[in-house]
Amino acid sequence: MSNSIIKVEGLHKSYQMGNNALHVLKGIDLDIKAGEMVSIMGSSGSGKSTLLNILGILDNHDRGSYYLDSVKIEKMNETRAARFRNNYIGFIFQSFNLISFKNAMENVALPLFYQNVSRKKRNMKALEYLDRLGLKEWANHLPSELSGGQKQRIAIARALISEPKVILADEPTGALDSQTSFEVMDILQEVNQLGITVIIVTHEDDIAHRTQRIIRLRDGLIDRNELNGKYEPVAAGDIFTSN
Amino acid sequence: MFNSLQEILSTLKQNKLRAIMTGFSVAWGIFMLILLLGSGNGLQNGMENNFRGTAKNALWIWSRQTQVAHEGLQAGRRIQFTDEDYDMLVNHFDDDISDISGRFRLWGTGTVTYKSEYGDYDLEGVMPEFKNIQIVDIDQGRYINDLDIKQFRKVAILSVPVKKALFKEEDPIGKYIRIDQVPFMVVGTFINPERRDDEQIYIPVKTAQRVFNGSNKLNELAVATNALTVAENKRIEEAIRTTLMKKHRIAPDDKQALGIWNTLEHFKQAQGVFTGIRIFVWVIGIMTIIAGIVGVSNIMIILVKERTKEIGIRKAIGATPWSVIRLVLSESVFITTLSGFFGLVTGMGLMAVVSMVLQNMAKGNPSIESTFYNPSANLSVAVSALVVLIVAGLIAGYVPARRASAIKPIEALHDE
Repeated sequence: MSNSIIKVEGLHKSYQMGNNALHVLKGIDLDIKAGEMVSIMGSSGSGKSTLLNILGILDNHDRGSYYLDSVKIEKMNETRAARFRNNYIGFIFQSFNLISFKNAMENVALPLFYQNVSRKKRNMKALEYLDRLGLKEWANHLPSELSGGQKQRIAIARALISEPKVILADEPTGALDSQTSFEVMDILQEVNQLGITVIIVTHEDDIAHRTQRIIRLRDGLIDRNELNGKYEPVAAGDIFTSN
Repeated sequence: MFNSLQEILSTLKQNKLRAIMTGFSVAWGIFMLILLLGSGNGLQNGMENNFRGTAKNALWIWSRQTQVAHEGLQAGRRIQFTDEDYDMLVNHFDDDISDISGRFRLWGTGTVTYKSEYGDYDLEGVMPEFKNIQIVDIDQGRYINDLDIKQFRKVAILSVPVKKALFKEEDPIGKYIRIDQVPFMVVGTFINPERRDDEQIYIPVKTAQRVFNGSNKLNELAVATNALTVAENKRIEEAIRTTLMKKHRIAPDDKQALGIWNTLEHFKQAQGVFTGIRIFVWVIGIMTIIAGIVGVSNIMIILVKERTKEIGIRKAIGATPWSVIRLVLSESVFITTLSGFFGLVTGMGLMAVVSMVLQNMAKGNPSIESTFYNPSANLSVAVSALVVLIVAGLIAGYVPARRASAIKPIEALHDE
């Protein structure tokens, strides 16, 4: 497991709903190598979001083991979990989840605030990332003044700024039209080519087919886990190759 | 520090009106506290002005008629102090007494004249030590001294109102006034800070006794003790009372024959009242501030609820629970401290203005000085108020901050 970035064995998770326990994950085994680009598919209720939450240390698992970058993730206090998220993981959400009263630059810079980076330094770095994503001139705009695609690019910049090992994207294109969706996927592929592991939860085949591996969940178990024959990486793009 | 200040400001800017309204309740609380404390101080300063002209540990001793028959003597006998009483107290209470003076009052001795001016004034024979008991400010010249007593000099000192009545603009020192046709040389003038308007003349007690047929009689005795505490002063008072009663053969249960006014006791009593008022004022002030705190706390809880999603996002990208607590607490402390400081400054400013107006009024009407004077909250009060504020901010933010830190990011992020 030397180059496994995420290794999951026999993962179980259930939620208490009144008197009934809802068994969501029923023993997941998963091994994702560093630098892979993987999509997780499944119908709603298949447990894909729960799996993503556990992988993102937003939620605890009940049984089984989870290693992130060879570190065993167990029930840990919130402070430690926050540090792990901050250092290892970048999140991208369907609804972008930008902070509405902060401008693009401040949103991108926010993870660095929690690493105690000085305001000047983190704003400089945020501008650099916005520049790479072609949004430099939007740096001082509020999210409400931006289009969906622009917002998602800002969210991607925010996920990248802390230089994480893994990007977890929960339906990143769910709120975008197909043209913008493909642009976002282009960006995510380029991110992946920097060596960052990208895990995308989606229910769109088009999106899944742009990843190296597709994992299909059904009723809390892995149904299929197959390499994607049709995977074609984008030509080394002009976004992140400049340095 | 600067980082978090930027964070606070950017969130407060979201809803300026709400921030201002929240702050107002705290500002009002502190404003009232300062106003109340200042007024309390004003009353106390006024009261202390009443005691300014008297040594704080003075005993004023006077005699009346006996009420109880004792040792074959009938009730209704008039007790008369003499120089013997004075000598006895000096000998017996050498350790307890710092100053003692006999007082010989001249009742209806007639008119005091200078050239064509004349008037009836309060005339009293005193000793040099009296200036340490009934404190007066010397305006011109000197007080009665020991040589005046020894040589039975016919000298007098006048209160400023007497000087003005008899001498107008003339310099009185070295001039002769006539008291009941007897010439006395004026050697000084004085101001009685307790009663500036009183028309008083002091002459040496021995001279008074000799010139006005007093032989060795004294009307009253005034003593300044070495006591520092009320209990000690009370002990000396009782010892003096017992000694004098024995000498004058007064029944031990006769409460009327001797009168002693214990200044320290009454001063402390008055001070006790003001300590009570001060505690009362703090209690009311703090209650008012608590109302403000509850307001701030309420608003912060609503704020946290509105910002659930934002806090969830922050947590997902690496905010620790402690940093979320700090976010809410620092906002609450910021609002309370800033608005409280505003209330503090406004209150102190108002006090300063009132104080200035009162001082101007007191120039025309001295009685104001002894009722309400210099109402100000001092630095220590301001500092304690500031401490109260910061603590208030922490308390106000505590419950909302706990709620914020308990927010689960997954739930917050799915809450569309």
